[in-house]
Amino acid sequence: MTIYLPIAELSVNILIILGMGAAVGFLSGMFGVGGGFLITPLLIFYNIPPVVAVATGANQVVASSISGAITHFRRGTIDIKLGTVLLCGGLAGATLGVWLFSLLRRIGQLDLVISLLYVVLLSTVGGLMLWESIVAMRKAAKNQATTLRRPGQHNWVHGLPLKMRFKKSKIYLSVIPVAGLGFCIGILTSVMGVGGGFIMVPAMIYLLRIPTNVVVGTSLFQIIFVSAYTVIVQASTNYTVDIVLAFVLMIAGVIGAQYGVRVGQKLRGEQLRALLALLVLAVGIRLAIELVIPPKDIYSVVSAGFGF
Amino acid sequence: MLRFARTALALLALTLAGPAHAAIQDENADFTEKLEIGISTDEIAITSDFRGADLTIFGAVDGFDQGLLVQGRYNIVVSLEGPKDNATVRKKERVFGIWVNTSSMTFELVPESYSLSSTRDIETIAPPGEMGNMGIGVDHMRLVPLGFVGDGSNLGEFRNAFRRIRETSGVYERDPGGVQFISSSLFKASVRLPANVPNGVHVVRAYLFRDGVFVAAKALPLRVVKTGLEQFITQAAHQQPLLYGLMAVLLAVITGWGASLIFRKE
Repeated sequence: MTIYLPIAELSVNILIILGMGAAVGFLSGMFGVGGGFLITPLLIFYNIPPVVAVATGANQVVASSISGAITHFRRGTIDIKLGTVLLCGGLAGATLGVWLFSLLRRIGQLDLVISLLYVVLLSTVGGLMLWESIVAMRKAAKNQATTLRRPGQHNWVHGLPLKMRFKKSKIYLSVIPVAGLGFCIGILTSVMGVGGGFIMVPAMIYLLRIPTNVVVGTSLFQIIFVSAYTVIVQASTNYTVDIVLAFVLMIAGVIGAQYGVRVGQKLRGEQLRALLALLVLAVGIRLAIELVIPPKDIYSVVSAGFGF
Repeated sequence: MLRFARTALALLALTLAGPAHAAIQDENADFTEKLEIGISTDEIAITSDFRGADLTIFGAVDGFDQGLLVQGRYNIVVSLEGPKDNATVRKKERVFGIWVNTSSMTFELVPESYSLSSTRDIETIAPPGEMGNMGIGVDHMRLVPLGFVGDGSNLGEFRNAFRRIRETSGVYERDPGGVQFISSSLFKASVRLPANVPNGVHVVRAYLFRDGVFVAAKALPLRVVKTGLEQFITQAAHQQPLLYGLMAVLLAVITGWGASLIFRKE
């Protein structure tokens, strides 16, 4: 069963797209991430032009993060004030990111930069998370209490000026690192088509020492707006959002996510983090291998209309 | 007068289709044979389940020499050429262990798709020089680099890479044997439109050869258009990009929200 994608200008098998959406949705529900870092590379492997994959991936992230954020909102695990500060940085970062995206596309290095960013970020974050979760699992085996947040410990981040009180998170923190983190993630959102949850969540926990219970919800809250903004900017500057592709992915994704959440609730936190870490590492390694092994064809052709 | 008008039209079509063909006359004055072609449709619609299409072209040769025909000395080549656009070929090289695009070359106005059908392998129909002059076949397609290309020593490798990639991706095709005579003067040719066929005006061209010498050519336009929803979406994306982006986001909001409402009770 094929479906024609009007913006990507090619026919694809709708079942494969549905399968991709459902699988990524399942994983994103299970781990509480947007899933953009999985969907964009998958679409590229399936011959969707990378420019379309990145912009459309961001659109799918909007749907999955809204559905996740609503659940967190009901539970009261979103710090709106903290999310808004993150968002201010995020919107500025996304604006710069779209500009960078167009520039890299023009000079023909977009695919390289996307792959390099993925490899560096996925392997770093995956490696750190895996290490942390193994340590936590060992402690759990020895029946020691595990705390991700150590309130007594402060790092350099807590010495910065412009402090603000975030009531819900029960922290008193400078807005500079918060907005800065949002800014960096914003760039990634528009260049890589990811929500950035897989970087945002660990950074909020380990760097800003924000309590884990509000981290996922708050990160989802700001991801909604940054990725929605990215979709609109990509649509109006690069014309690369494929609404048909996005819709098929979304439908499968939100359904998959509901089942993922149920499976996720049955697993322990550190086990979940270890699995997510392995998944992140696997995608990173897969992309790294692609960069290093000699390509099937050292030449590539792109026409003026599309691609980079 | 009618003949003149037809000649002018065909020439116009050839000229419009690209400067490379402007020099070709549609008839060789030394011969009396005439070529006529027709296609069943002048428009192909891309619908949501479009998987490519086969196009059949019928044609007739008038004023042929019966003796030569029996000996199989007449050959016909039919091409379907897609809209033209600049295409950039990039070459990767290993830099610090990773593969990076290091050099590129842009070719001016090359067809986005090209399907060739002939009575036999075109290399055996006419000498390469003649095919080259007329730009028939992927190997003889004119690939003019845009801008500065240095001493041009790498022109050959980029041209070969371009042809190879377009052929392996299926947008450039050839079918030696795709043209068949169904009676003494009538022939039928089939050309393939790939699933990822570019939109726009394609040109069907038929060439008649006698004993390896070009005799006559005819060209007809074929429009490939998106229809219905597909066309509406493409138009919206390009003409109302901001609104289109907002709609895409709204769709995501509704889907995400809807899902959390539906699954809430369970």
